[in-house]
Amino acid sequence: MKGMTLIVRTITDFVVAFIVVFGAYIVLYGHLTPGGGFAGGVIIACAFILLMLAQGKEVAFSRFGEKTAHVLDSTGALVFLAIGGVGLTAGFFFKNVFGRGEPFRLLSSGMILPANIAIAFKVVGSLYLVFTALAIFRRRSFRSMIEDELT
Amino acid sequence: MNLVPLYVAIPLLAAFLIPLLGMWWKKSGEVLATLSTVLLSVMAIASIGAPAVVHHMGGWPFPEGIAIVSDGLAVLLLIAVNVVGFLCVIFSLKYMQEYTGLPKYYGLFMLMIAGMNGVVVSGDLFNLFVFLEIASIASYALVAFGVEADELEAGFKYLVLGSVASIMILFAVGTVYAVTGTLNMADAAREIASRFGGPEMNPALLLAAAFFLMGFSLKAALVPFHAWLPDAHPSAPAPISAMLSGVVIKSLGIYAICRIFFHVFGFAAGNPSSVIIANAMIAFAILSIVIGGLLAIGQWDLKRLLAYSSIGQIGYVMLGIGIGARVLATGGARSLAALAILGGLFHLINHAAFKSLLFLSSGAIQQATGTRDMKRMGGLKERMPITAATTNLAALSIAGVPPFSGFWSKLVIIVAAVKAGHVVISSIAIAMAFVTLVYYVKLQREVLFGAVRGAVEKAREVPAVMYVPLIILAVVCVGFGLLYPVVGARILEPATDALLNGAEYIKLVLG
Repeated sequence: MKGMTLIVRTITDFVVAFIVVFGAYIVLYGHLTPGGGFAGGVIIACAFILLMLAQGKEVAFSRFGEKTAHVLDSTGALVFLAIGGVGLTAGFFFKNVFGRGEPFRLLSSGMILPANIAIAFKVVGSLYLVFTALAIFRRRSFRSMIEDELT
Repeated sequence: MNLVPLYVAIPLLAAFLIPLLGMWWKKSGEVLATLSTVLLSVMAIASIGAPAVVHHMGGWPFPEGIAIVSDGLAVLLLIAVNVVGFLCVIFSLKYMQEYTGLPKYYGLFMLMIAGMNGVVVSGDLFNLFVFLEIASIASYALVAFGVEADELEAGFKYLVLGSVASIMILFAVGTVYAVTGTLNMADAAREIASRFGGPEMNPALLLAAAFFLMGFSLKAALVPFHAWLPDAHPSAPAPISAMLSGVVIKSLGIYAICRIFFHVFGFAAGNPSSVIIANAMIAFAILSIVIGGLLAIGQWDLKRLLAYSSIGQIGYVMLGIGIGARVLATGGARSLAALAILGGLFHLINHAAFKSLLFLSSGAIQQATGTRDMKRMGGLKERMPITAATTNLAALSIAGVPPFSGFWSKLVIIVAAVKAGHVVISSIAIAMAFVTLVYYVKLQREVLFGAVRGAVEKAREVPAVMYVPLIILAVVCVGFGLLYPVVGARILEPATDALLNGAEYIKLVLG
């Protein structure tokens, strides 16, 4: 993929950072306002997918490599499991062992915030990987498939 | 504190750790999958005879929290899933070496085990659906793991049909939620019993029951929902075929049918809807026994023969459970229902043992001879004595030759059918048990005995890491037959009791 026109490439360069920040906001304030790990994670992943669509695979991979995405994908899930496992030491899986804090402050509501961050890692990694997997396969025309079958 | 959530947490941990470490450490899959399946098997076997327990996630009691329940029925399935899973991992250590991307294979394998354990211990309808999807999606990918054309085709077919089943199940879960206002199985059961317990079943609930039965029958590959199985099971790598036929169709299909129909909907005496559901179960079971058995005779592909045989044998499991359900629905003796269900569950765990053994040995034979075509085999016992002996034992067991385990479970099912007055059904079951013998005699004659010919001439016995799981499963096949008093009293009777005592399940979960 070579990317789109100069106008599109310039604009995406500007907006990608803002989209990532907005996604991070949705993740971090997931326990106070609408949103959360999944919604914010989708927004962050979309920023990199936009980059890939506008500027091509090479630019996107230089900013956010495939291996990084694999690591994020697995660590997100592992951190989420670890939070559940910490609860098990208090008697029940996913029991809240962190302080609840003052309501409506960023550091409040116990383990919901770390759980949201873990989910966001997982969602960013896996959604980006799904898109790259689809982008790797070049589209083949129906005619060439038929010709392959015949030969 | 009880550790029931670990049945899901341990395989999930392994499933995500394996691909992560696999980037730097090529053996991560082999080591971590073996360790975690050993741990899970020990946990499952150690919970034999333990009292039923419920774990409230996050310490939230009913109605806020999600319940994780381990009772007699769950323990039966947990033993089957985790022990067969462990043996399949051991077999994979050598067998899967010719494939690439092994961390992905072991990661998906552990994800499949996590999904199955989750289905078995879940006390919540929606969680059951989520775990069912985890196990199903992992198995779609594993069926297509070889990425050859026919494997991808089989995987895609399985994916499409499996998704149809999942949508049916999701629709049914939604309908139950709309009618009862709860997703907790015990609470839904209480609501259904108290509000809709009369002779007229709520039509929405009847629709939900129909969708549940269709969806789970598709996952269990009962005829007429079996079309995916004869393609998917032979195409998968042998350890995955063993998992699919041995435990996946049972934990995602038969177990879920048992749990939902006996505990959530309940088979109330004198309720016409209950009779309809029980009749449908028996009809699917008989169709599976007859069609699966007859189609197996004509197969010359070893794994395809085993796959059709799975359809027939899962029919026997369903027949036992369906007859038990019908006895309850028509107000018959509870002891008779218990006998039929015990037969069904006994055949379930026996089939888990001998069918996974047969699929593993088919993998060993394929690797040694390079073919699955039975026309090109013969005299295997000369070249691969251990594989041939264990295969022979499993074939005798599944064909119902006394004193092996398959004979006793089929006998119990047929005796229960006769006692319940289903003379025609029991004669069909007996006739088809004979047909089972016919196609396993064909397998013995063409593959194991006779003169060494065809692809067998160059074959050598597989290494110990591959035949040790076969020997263990063969010992289980003999052991379940000879030591029935132990197995029956310790594992099967608690499971039957758990299935029949819906009221006790409600009391356990709701406290």
